[in-house]
Amino acid sequence: MKVLIYGEHRDGQIRKITFENITLTRSLNAPFEVVFIGADIPDAGEQLSRYGAEQVTLVKGSGLEKYSPDGYAKILAQLVQKHEADVLLMGATATGKDLAPRVSAILNAPLATDCTKVELDGDQLRLIRPMYAGKVLANVSLNSGIKIVTVRPNVYSAHENPADAEVREETVEVPDLKTVVKEIISGAKGKLDVTEADIIVSGGRGMKGPENWHLIEELAELLGAATGASRAAVDAGWRPHDEQVGQTGKTVSPTLYVAVGISGAIQHLAGMSSSKYIVAINKDPEAPIFKVADYGIVADLFEVVPKMIEELKKMKN
Amino acid sequence: MNIAVCVKQTPDTETRIKLTEDQKRVDESDINFILNPYDEFAVEQAVRLKEAHGGEVTVISLGPDRVKTAIRTALAMGGDRAIHLKTEKHPDDPLVTAKALASVLKEGNYDLILLGKQAIDDDHNQIPSILGALLDIPAVTVVIKLEVDGNNLTAEREIDGGHEILKFSMPAIIGAQRGLNEPRYPSLKGIMRAKKIQIEEREVALEPEQLKVELLQYPPPKNPGKIVGDSAEAVPELLRLLHEEAKVL
Ligand SMILES: Cc1cc2nc3c(=O)[nH]c(=O)nc-3n(C[C@H](O)[C@H](O)[C@H](O)COP(=O)(O)OP(=O)(O)OC[C@H]3O[C@@H](n4cnc5c(N)ncnc54)[C@H](O)[C@@H]3O)c2cc1C
Repeated sequence: MKVLIYGEHRDGQIRKITFENITLTRSLNAPFEVVFIGADIPDAGEQLSRYGAEQVTLVKGSGLEKYSPDGYAKILAQLVQKHEADVLLMGATATGKDLAPRVSAILNAPLATDCTKVELDGDQLRLIRPMYAGKVLANVSLNSGIKIVTVRPNVYSAHENPADAEVREETVEVPDLKTVVKEIISGAKGKLDVTEADIIVSGGRGMKGPENWHLIEELAELLGAATGASRAAVDAGWRPHDEQVGQTGKTVSPTLYVAVGISGAIQHLAGMSSSKYIVAINKDPEAPIFKVADYGIVADLFEVVPKMIEELKKMKN
Repeated sequence: MNIAVCVKQTPDTETRIKLTEDQKRVDESDINFILNPYDEFAVEQAVRLKEAHGGEVTVISLGPDRVKTAIRTALAMGGDRAIHLKTEKHPDDPLVTAKALASVLKEGNYDLILLGKQAIDDDHNQIPSILGALLDIPAVTVVIKLEVDGNNLTAEREIDGGHEILKFSMPAIIGAQRGLNEPRYPSLKGIMRAKKIQIEEREVALEPEQLKVELLQYPPPKNPGKIVGDSAEAVPELLRLLHEEAKVL
């Protein structure tokens, strides 16, 4: 069973999900190739060798420097066929979510999105994907020649496992592009997205206002974390919507999730309860967040968070 | 502007999901069904565009009889016509759903097709993008801003850690994300008007499903956590646990 891994990149950087998917595929003992479309990654070979990729294709074509949903989908569908892949593996990232269904439609191949478990049993893929924002886990089967799977970021960690990557370049005919990205507006410089972060510090209504968010930001900075928010904080206009965690925000699976002044409403829990470790800081001992928390402190966050910042600074020195 | 909005009926976000004994399905007996929250943004945008540019909004929903309630909500928000694609249940495989929708959408010659970026039950995140490929027209999803200038569209969509701006032209598909607008509550007048609209029913022949849900499970229960303390004094102990026990620091 041959796997084609869609390599994700941005600004000349290979994104972590690509290495996660390489590690995952190696664990399945399946032969695989990694393809990048429109990438300009000077040290691709070196980076990918470190994680054990042996075959890498950089696909070039005029106009492919910028993402085009329809253009990339057509090219990726052709690559799956040309490389005779049985499985197309992608990340359940913004790009993967956008692109994979289009390839699914072009190839008439079923797609299981946002999988949190991918196993191989003979020739059968065993997949688990959360539904109802994680309230239910579904075992799904794909019954077809070509199968497409997107994997939730941060569920499988990337392990180095050196190999010798052979990097080829392939130039393709670019179809008429119906939609092209004209501009990318990056969030605050160097800001880590919650879906990619190993650690997330989230604040809720208990923060009382945006003027107190420096506490969340400082704590996040010390932990190397991304900042998240509850819907209450987003609705109040304290935080941008792309920080919202939960059923109508982002679903995250970091190693550590720190919930500060968040009650733990069912819609919030749906988005973060698959985190490996959860810390809750809340003054209400009855807050439902404590039902999912591994560690909790029942106290005023305005005393606890400054103390955490102080202690972490001490640890750093 | 000839606009279509495809909507799904989903359980309320408050719902505690109960599984059937055989773990094949979700037990629907106690579920309060609503119009999928993301679809509300799609309906709202459709109605606003109609109000600004004239035209008609057709609401389309595939599923069992109960989805008519969601259709009525969308009509009450300002939809003009409705098509119910009758099926016994919602298919497991989104590609099958999308193909059925695509065949109806093709006939309608719509300038703009709006959907929620995802349904909050299956969470597939697939239909808007699939439709783009099936109908071979631009499809931009997770959209938080949409500008219409004649036949030209500019959409801003959320990506990981930022936003993307795309330009394209109609006919096109938009997957709505929260932030696109503030959906209205149906007015009493709207509700009365919706009641008078005849929902056109169509039988659909679904293609065989290639994606199947074999078994549903509850996520493993979390081990009861530890309350480390009830004041800021507990912070050093918390950090020690995170460092030594959880090994995450
Ligand atoms: C359709 C729908 C979708 C939704 N989707 C989402 C979603 O995606 N994400 C989401 O988060 N919510 C979502 N919600 C909203 C959700 O129901 C809750 O309203 C929201 O999560 C509450 O946010 P919160 O925990 O910040 O606020 P609250 O529930 O008000 O909790 C604030 C907490 O802070 C604590 N607190 C206050 N002051 C202090 C202090 N000084 N020190 C310590 N603790 C303090 C309080 O004890 C309380 O527990 C959705 C709701 C609906 C209806």
